[in-house]
Order: sequence, then structure tokens, then C-alpha cells
Amino acid sequence: MREINVQQITDVVEKLCIEANQFLPEDVKGAIKTCRACEDWEIAQGVLDNIIENFEIADKECVPICQDTGMACVFLEIGQDVHLVGGDLAEAVNEGVRRGYDKGYLRKSVVKDPVRRGNTGDNTPAMLYTEIVPGEEIKVTVGPKGFGSENMSMIRMFKPSAGLQGIKDFILEVVETAGPNPCPPMVVGVGIGGTFDKCAYLAKKALMRPIDSSNPDPFYADLEKEMLEKINQLGIGPQGFGGKTTAIGLNIETLPTHIAGMPCAVNINCHVTRHKAEVI
Amino acid sequence: MARKIQLPLTEELAKTLHAGDSVLVSGTIYTSRDAGHKRMCEALARGEELPFDPTDATIYYVGPTPAKPGQVIGSAGPTTSGRMDAYAPTMMSVGARGMIGKGARLPEVVDAMKKYSGVYFGAIGGAGALLAKCIKECELIAYEDLGAEALRKLYVEDMPLVVIIDSEGNNLYESGRKEYLGK
Repeated sequence: MREINVQQITDVVEKLCIEANQFLPEDVKGAIKTCRACEDWEIAQGVLDNIIENFEIADKECVPICQDTGMACVFLEIGQDVHLVGGDLAEAVNEGVRRGYDKGYLRKSVVKDPVRRGNTGDNTPAMLYTEIVPGEEIKVTVGPKGFGSENMSMIRMFKPSAGLQGIKDFILEVVETAGPNPCPPMVVGVGIGGTFDKCAYLAKKALMRPIDSSNPDPFYADLEKEMLEKINQLGIGPQGFGGKTTAIGLNIETLPTHIAGMPCAVNINCHVTRHKAEVI
Repeated sequence: MARKIQLPLTEELAKTLHAGDSVLVSGTIYTSRDAGHKRMCEALARGEELPFDPTDATIYYVGPTPAKPGQVIGSAGPTTSGRMDAYAPTMMSVGARGMIGKGARLPEVVDAMKKYSGVYFGAIGGAGALLAKCIKECELIAYEDLGAEALRKLYVEDMPLVVIIDSEGNNLYESGRKEYLGK
């Protein structure tokens, strides 16, 4: 058993909130540059050039890539041999978010009540996802999530008879409906299976996986590739102005599900798909 | 080649802008998002004046990050315009002709644009660090309690925008995609 003080988690969350918002991950940068090289439509080329210039400014000047510095989605993979000491875990995570969003000059975009509104002023609470895994380490991942794209996400509980075609049509329907709203080029996270809630979680988790990686199951790896190609035939293009580059990546995560169901969730993200991880 | 334009957005100027035009905009603009629009429209309903003169004004749908020391403003890219659709026709009815944002608008907004010679400009969503470079002055003028959503007066120089919907209702989101797919 290993003891870890929650103070350490606060420090890591603080750092990751700032870094995730300033430095776009290399996989996302690479995908944008590859798409720029393949883009054959003039207005789309111009938009992609500006997007590249933007993340280069953010890198160089240590400023947020996008003004929507998001809700702080914090994923903790906690080794089962870890004993947490020194205080409340959720409060430690929130303290990290509070400090990170203050010190990093990040926008505070969280309201304390979904209906009655009212900004909390410090971007807390974090959206905290915990998983217990083997081992005695903690992997902390911070993925700030903007809501221009979050608002365009959907979940549907399919009948198993809808089959693979139902899933394919749904992914295209969600991207089509999103159109220019989520700041395309997008990154698409797909969850298939599980229960209603687990399925949505899978879609979010899919957005945390590097977009230059593939699902380990060749069936889903092929589906990822096929759906990305189909999305890029829609013509929506960067910012919806028309063009080839509608999405720069698509990841699928799956879970077993019930004999009566086939849930599918599509979580949309923009070209500022942020995630940064550290192991304690 | 982008055309340089100088605000205010008079009716005469608005009518020379067409969907798909790339422009570099200079002049004074005002920032507001949903919470600020709600307050402005409530003020108008009570017969009160707005915190700024809306005549020929352009509103930028943005909630910037806080400025770091030495910065005029933090990152400042557009937010999704559709959330302002409920308020945009009212704003245009009092003269606020220009809108800067990203994403689709409802037919009611396009109808109001045709009626009042409105123009909807697109800024690149997610390019907040780049767009902040064009903002030379920033002054908080109302609704400070709304934080990032407070009403700000900005002076911009050569802000790179694209006309998405023009005063005749032509829409780049429809025509651009159609042209690309038909090429």
C-alpha cells in the first residue's frame, strides 16, 4: 500500500488545468497540419492556416488557445493499493481547478445551478470521473471541455435490430446537425454499449484518447477510419464554410451491453481538443 | 483578398457586403453573450436606454479570458451565435446592425437582417489567441457582475472576419458547402 496526500493531487490538477488550456496536444496539432496539407478548398485552407497560427501564438505566449477554457473534466485512475490521506479527494481536485483557473488567467465558465444560473466565480466544481484500477499509482487527466461542441452532442438508445448501419447513420446525423456550430474541424468521440450513462461516459473518454491512435479491436479501428472518411465527404469544412476538413479525428470506445439494447453516444469536440495527463 | 472596412456599420456599408466576403474590420464594437443580451432586451422592454448607443453598432458574441498583466484582453474568440437568436431581432430593431459570432442562425434572425439591413460576420471559432491580437482597446461599460459575460467596448484593427449572412439573406453556410460539393 502506498500513501498519497491529496495535496499532491491539488498541485497536479492546478498545473494540468493551465497547461492543457495553453498547449494543444501534439496529436491534435499533427492532425490539423496533415489535414491542411490535404485540403483542396481555398477558403478552408485559409481557416486552417489561421487555426495553426492560433495554437502557435498560444504556445509561444502561454495564453489560452480558446477563450472557452471549459468545464474542467478531471479523470482519476486510482490504483487500488493507494491510500489517500490529508483531506477530502473531491475538494482537493476542486482546489486544484480553483487555483489553476485563477493563476492561469482562464475563464470561469461554470454556473452553480443549471436552471437558476449564477457563476461560481472559480470554475468549480470539476466534473470528476474516478476509476479504480490495479496498482499503486494515480493517473490524473485534465480535459477542459468547451460547450460550443458539448451542446451538439447526442445519445440514442437503439434497438439491436438497428445494427451497425444504425450506428453509422447516427454518427453522420449528429455531425450533420452540429454543422458549423461546434467550430469545425471537429474531433468526434463515440461510445457504443454499456448503459445509458456509461455510454455517454465512453464517448467522453474517447475524446481523451490521442487521435493518432486506433481502437485495439480491428473491427472498431476500421469503423473509426470509415466514419472519419464519411464525415469528411459531407463538405461542411472548417468553420462550416465548405471544404474537405470537417473532422480531424474520430475515436470509438465500447462496452458490453444488455441483450435488449445498443446505446450509442456521440460527444463532439472542436479542433481545440485538450487533454493533459500526469502519473503520481 | 480581404477588403478593409471601417465601422460604424451604416446601412449603406452593410448593403455592399456579401456572403463569402473576407473582410478586415476596424472600429468600435461591443461584446455581449446571452446573459448580457437578456438584460439589454429586458431594459428595452421597460423603455430604458441601453448602456451604449446601438445605432449602426456591431456586437461581438464573446466572453474573453481574463487579461494577463500587460495584455489588453485575454483570448477572445466567438461563441455560438444561436444562443443570441432570441434577442438578435430586438437588437436590430433598435439599430444594432452587425453581429460577430459563429454557427447557424434561425430564419427569424435572417428575416430581421433583411428588414434592418443586418450583417452576420463569422470569426474563427477556437482562434481566441489570434483574434485577441486585433483588439487594441478594451473598456468594461456595464454588467460587471457577469464576469466574462460583462458588456465591453472594444476597439479593433483589421479583425479578420467572413460575411456569413448578408443583408439579402444569402448564407455562406449553405452556398460554401454547395459550391465545394459541386466542384
